Amino acid sequence: MPLQARIGVRSYRFRDLKELLAKASPMRSGDALAGLAAINAEERMAARLCLAELPLRTLLDHPLIPYESDEVTRLIADGHDATAFAPLSALTVGGFRDWLLAGSGETVSAAAPGITPEMAAAVSKLMRNQDLIAVACKLGVTTRFRNSIGLPGRISVRLQPNHPTDDLRGIAASVLDGLLYGVGDACIGINPASDELGRLGPLWRMLDELIRRYEIPTQSCVLAHVTRQIEAIEAGLPLDLVFQSIGGTEALNASFGISLSLLREAHEAAQSLRRGTVGENCMYFETGQGAALSANAHHGVDQQTCETRAYAVARAFDPLLVNTVVGFIGPEYLYDGKQIIRAGLEDHFCGKLLGLPMGVDVCYTNHAEADQDDMDSLLTLLAAAGCSFVMGVPGADDVMLNYQSTSHHDALYLRETLGHRRAPEFEDWLLKMGLLDAQGRLVSNPLVSRSLLQALPELSS
Amino acid sequence: MSPSGTSPPPCGEGLGEGVSRQRNEHSDGSRPPPQPLPAKGRGYAEHPSVSADPWSELRLLTPARLALGRAGAALPTAEVLAFGLAHAQARDAVHTPLDVEALATQLQADGWPEPLLVHSRAADRAAYLARPDWGRRLSEDSLLSLPAAAPADLVLVIADGLSATAVQRHAVPLLRALRPWLTGLRLAPPVIALQARVALADEVGERLGAALAVSLIGERPGLSSPDSLGIYLTWAPRLGHHDAERNCISNVRPEGLGYVEAARQLAALIHQARAMRCSGLRLRGDATALPPPG
Repeated sequence: MPLQARIGVRSYRFRDLKELLAKASPMRSGDALAGLAAINAEERMAARLCLAELPLRTLLDHPLIPYESDEVTRLIADGHDATAFAPLSALTVGGFRDWLLAGSGETVSAAAPGITPEMAAAVSKLMRNQDLIAVACKLGVTTRFRNSIGLPGRISVRLQPNHPTDDLRGIAASVLDGLLYGVGDACIGINPASDELGRLGPLWRMLDELIRRYEIPTQSCVLAHVTRQIEAIEAGLPLDLVFQSIGGTEALNASFGISLSLLREAHEAAQSLRRGTVGENCMYFETGQGAALSANAHHGVDQQTCETRAYAVARAFDPLLVNTVVGFIGPEYLYDGKQIIRAGLEDHFCGKLLGLPMGVDVCYTNHAEADQDDMDSLLTLLAAAGCSFVMGVPGADDVMLNYQSTSHHDALYLRETLGHRRAPEFEDWLLKMGLLDAQGRLVSNPLVSRSLLQALPELSS
Repeated sequence: MSPSGTSPPPCGEGLGEGVSRQRNEHSDGSRPPPQPLPAKGRGYAEHPSVSADPWSELRLLTPARLALGRAGAALPTAEVLAFGLAHAQARDAVHTPLDVEALATQLQADGWPEPLLVHSRAADRAAYLARPDWGRRLSEDSLLSLPAAAPADLVLVIADGLSATAVQRHAVPLLRALRPWLTGLRLAPPVIALQARVALADEVGERLGAALAVSLIGERPGLSSPDSLGIYLTWAPRLGHHDAERNCISNVRPEGLGYVEAARQLAALIHQARAMRCSGLRLRGDATALPPPG
């Protein structure tokens, strides 16, 4: 069918689905940089009018990136569940939006295996921020390893204790700061500065010792390259979660030095350790809009659609956590607070729609037109949307990666102002440790902090 | 960009730029940790609504912002203001224009020839931030203004990058420390480049006929480091080089990598690049192999 829309006397035509989706996307600098954005506001609306009339099926039948040349496309096509798709098969993209907003969470969740990334991305382009929140909020996704993440009314936090030189004592200090603030139920995850196994090993050992000694119902992760983590497993190191940055095209994944088969190998290696106590979700993935363009691996597909394709990669491995690092990439992809907020809500919605335990690194760099007020807005909106987890960085200042994320205090704000609770197992542990009172409020317990401080030299030796 | 996975470029022009936060090489291993925050514990205990955290001794172990205390669930006022000030300084570093006249005067007072001034295709800061591709190419006027190629061993390109503050503060003293190592080299006139990304030095170096381009450029400001200078070295500069074909020295500033040590590391890279006729991953920048200055 021809892709066109008429507005008054003007007629707009779109060359193909890629162009239609790109021009229907809300304005963002990355699509302009790629030369894919609508030329003006009316053309953007024309694309949306046309997209709204497009049968959803078209997005299944006409892959944006050819099946023959991209293994992510093959994963999407081969994994499509026609039965789950049946209730949607007669809908247009516009009708799909209405269906999502009108239906129950159970109905929408049941369709997830029939929804492709392209369908999710397409419908998100017709949705306001409010719609992205309303639908995501209905979709419960719960995952488990040593605790339960994503239960209704709860939000978890990844404790991110990075240090510029991987100094063990410096990292341990930040871990204690986080635990004493009641943070760390999504995981304790270190971005290492080093990539040498000899320097990474002590990080895994320290977190393992800490988690075992204090019987903390959480999981550790060291966010090195996946090949390094496979080597670590082979070397007998105590890994809980295996991490990898992933993208939505085979070419982007190649630029990350990974493929689906390497991820399969890593997933099997992680599963073989059987370290989870209440579940077996053992993968942690990170993504972010703009990555594909930055690696020149986007095939002319807009950055939000590329991003959503990465979620197809994630869902093939039943992850515990998927995190879109939304404002990290810089203003050439997401220019300001408005674009970062919109992208965060899109990514969270699309991930949840595909059935993923979606968290968001609510963050920005100093060359973006954004500040703490923008982060407060996005954090609050994500909590309303039922986001699975956010980051917990001491004072919001990541001194290794040089960007600003959310802090332990930000997590407390969500708990006290919006009433969002921690993962139940972790909450019980904090109660047992005397760090929460009976009302679930954080208390300053000098005895506990003293005992943890005394253990620090031993943990980090 | 700094993609993860395979081998990343020696450095990205904005450290950590790019979506993946994985690092697979200790690319900036020479980088000492940022200094501890200067103004910790600004008397918030005086405020009765603030509860201090009884683990403030941990601050000695990391530059991270630990044990900040809280007012209810929130940061105490003093910490909100300290963060706000750090962000303000980082923002100003991104947006304050380079004072070209002052820089040129200082360079000439130090005995460098009169610098050439070029501009990228990014007309202003907003365009520069949104279009990195424009920041990598010379404007048409600048291209025409450059003198014809004359054989030179080295061109120094002093570029504002993401922190003109860093360039204003550190370029001249760094070059002063470097100067003794450059004896005997044929130098092209130094070039000051505005709204410039790292790769702009490729076109400049090619146009001037320099065998080697060294750019000093303001790095993306961190919250605790608004004035980090980066150094990039490219053999046989020409349009289309990849970042992996460059070498980088990062975080040059008195609180990070000092001028003398940075100059030594740069001199070692220059020496090796000239000997091996290349730059990038093959160079190790081994300062022990460096002949003495003079």
